[in-house]
Amino acid sequence: MDPLAEFRAAVADPASYVKSATAKSGKKAVGTLCSYAPEELIYAAGAHPVRLFGTSGAGRLADRHLQSYCCSLVRGVLEDALAGRSDYLSGVVFPHTCDSIQRLSDLWRLNVTKPFHIDAVLPVKLDTASAREYLLDVLRRFRSDLERELNVSISDEKLREAVSVYNRIRGMLARLYELRNGNPCGIRGRDVHAIVKAATILDRDRLLEILPPALKALEDVHECPAGSESKRLLLAGGLCDHPELYSFIEEAGGVVVWDDFCTGARSFSGAIPVDGDPLAAIAARYAERPVCPAKHRGIRERAEQLVRLAKEKNARGVVFLLVKFCDPHAFDYPYLKKALDGAGIPSMLFEMEDQLPAEGQLKTRFEAFLEMI
Amino acid sequence: MAEKDPEKEKRKIKAVAKMKEIMTTYYIDAKTAEQTGKKVAWITSGGPVEPLIAMDIIPIYPENHGAMIGASKMGVDLCSKAEAMGYSSDLCSYARSDISCATVNGGPIGGLPKPDMLVCCTNICGTVLKWYEIQARYFGCPLFILDTPFCHTGFHDEMRRYVRKQLDEYVAFLETAAGRRFDYDRLKEVGRLSIEGQRLWQAVLDTAAHRPAPLSAFDAFFHLALIVTLRGQQQTIDYYKMLLAEMKERITAGIGAVPNERYRLLWDNLPVWFRTKWLSEKFAAAGACLVADTYTSAWCGSLKYADENNFLESMAECYTRIYLNIGVDEMAGMVVGMIDKYAADGLVMHSNRSCKPYSLGQYDIQRIVQERRGIPTLMIEADMVDERSFAEGPTETRIEAFIEMLKARKAA
Repeated sequence: MDPLAEFRAAVADPASYVKSATAKSGKKAVGTLCSYAPEELIYAAGAHPVRLFGTSGAGRLADRHLQSYCCSLVRGVLEDALAGRSDYLSGVVFPHTCDSIQRLSDLWRLNVTKPFHIDAVLPVKLDTASAREYLLDVLRRFRSDLERELNVSISDEKLREAVSVYNRIRGMLARLYELRNGNPCGIRGRDVHAIVKAATILDRDRLLEILPPALKALEDVHECPAGSESKRLLLAGGLCDHPELYSFIEEAGGVVVWDDFCTGARSFSGAIPVDGDPLAAIAARYAERPVCPAKHRGIRERAEQLVRLAKEKNARGVVFLLVKFCDPHAFDYPYLKKALDGAGIPSMLFEMEDQLPAEGQLKTRFEAFLEMI
Repeated sequence: MAEKDPEKEKRKIKAVAKMKEIMTTYYIDAKTAEQTGKKVAWITSGGPVEPLIAMDIIPIYPENHGAMIGASKMGVDLCSKAEAMGYSSDLCSYARSDISCATVNGGPIGGLPKPDMLVCCTNICGTVLKWYEIQARYFGCPLFILDTPFCHTGFHDEMRRYVRKQLDEYVAFLETAAGRRFDYDRLKEVGRLSIEGQRLWQAVLDTAAHRPAPLSAFDAFFHLALIVTLRGQQQTIDYYKMLLAEMKERITAGIGAVPNERYRLLWDNLPVWFRTKWLSEKFAAAGACLVADTYTSAWCGSLKYADENNFLESMAECYTRIYLNIGVDEMAGMVVGMIDKYAADGLVMHSNRSCKPYSLGQYDIQRIVQERRGIPTLMIEADMVDERSFAEGPTETRIEAFIEMLKARKAA
């Protein structure tokens, strides 16, 4: 039996999975946008957090609310909501992210009536004491908003339990990445993608049960014979919801060893101390995790971190996968590329729209890049 | 030389000459700051300029420069240069043209004076954060970020505390960057002048409620420069007093911004800087006057939160609750309010590829306006600076169809 079957099923149809999971668990599903949504609080409230990505290329309802120059993520999420495909959610949480998600929050609030709607307006700056104090204030408000909407009480004890669950999940996802880093041509990119994406959809208690056997199965995957190892690549950008891209890269002679995605490595870094004030500890983790370009923590940190990551993972090259119309990432691209150039690390840029271009065209681009490095 | 058309001459606003003089002097002062020993700060258009004025630091607005680049039709060249540097053509054209301009000292005034410091306020967009980070790396100068949390449904206490605390950090930043103590008494005075300037600017815009409107949004786009760049200075007050007096004279003399004003329209979003003349002539030819706009009124929209006796304290709310930093529903409410105040017959919206916080949500505002006021609306697809995002033919057709709707509605 495929040890990843449940992960794949959740990714193939998140809505159906969550509907049946919540029917069994009795939990309420709460949708989130962006990896800065403090999921620990949702879990502690006894609810089931689900990160929303939107169904790609389906329908035109969102066109009545969004211009053509809006990214596919925001459009897809609104389309699902307007089409009733998000009706399984009891609520949705918008952490302030970028200009587009900020407006998506308004459009959702004005046009989608059913679930409750919470804005957790996190700070944009993360590198000052006042910003971190404000971040903690936002979490306090978020806690009481959730308590009101879900009619529960979120005790410190519950928060500590949630922290412990998330620490374990994040630790296992980090282990998954290490496994792949050690055996990148044995462990397929699309499998890793399925697991990390499913980790944002699956019931987290269930996830804790099925992650260890999945990791065990991946540990046993045959390594490639010495000398046959393909070219090691690091992926950079916001998120990649096109698992077929991994196959194209692999077929073109490359292997993905790590990423700097908010749906990937950025989402699981940073363990939270279990002692002390749990809310403050959670706030500190969000302030210190690898930063998204829509947030500010100094003017060079992202480049330093990317170069360090590429060197540490022994990557031969970096592939930037950027979502079209994602401004924060597009603004950072030239400076990140320059930093990589300076470190002698080649890179290529691929801009993703909702639909990928023809397979042949993509493979040719990856092949050309891989030949060059 | 051709004889001047007396009809056109009559409609020209005389204050324009004084305005050009003030702005020229301002840019000369800024460009010679190095010789005069003054410090230069680049600041975002929604940023708190009063502390800079109180510190005798010259504020420079890259966005105002962006508007000049657009108006002088130099946007495509500079935007293309930024694209060659690796910046996507989908990014804000103010940012693109400024980023490339800094490296080549191009544009209509040969580039902006180098900044000694950068002040970025996030109240207008997330783009300015990235843009100022880029310039901080390029110029190697200190960057201060004033983080103004987005007010989807309200302004919470923790937001006020956070922004207020940052104002102290801003003062400390300026003291370090300028190398001298901050003068709080001076700030009180600058604050008083700032609020008076904003009131006068509002009064100037209010004159357009008269029929015929003595000025149009196209005039406001031009006269706006002072309340943006020189807010908190006496000369701004003197200028707007003069402009206000001229508008009152025009009202008395029955001089309208457009001949035979038949339709009164409200404009939404930034101007299409490279086509303002074309657009203003198109509308004027049909007797349509853009009597007000959501853009120029944003620089006096915070007056309701301002306290001239306690300027520093009220700044947090004034700078956070600005037009672009609020929910779509609150924006729509303000648009409806302006339609009523200026008795607008129609709404013209510029869907501006460069500005997501301004443009995403416009379709909903359009629908709300149609539901609440039932007036015709027009959506123009364009960009504030990049001419490649503008198609004249289809725009002209849409304007004509819109005018027909206005005509039919008036006749009914």
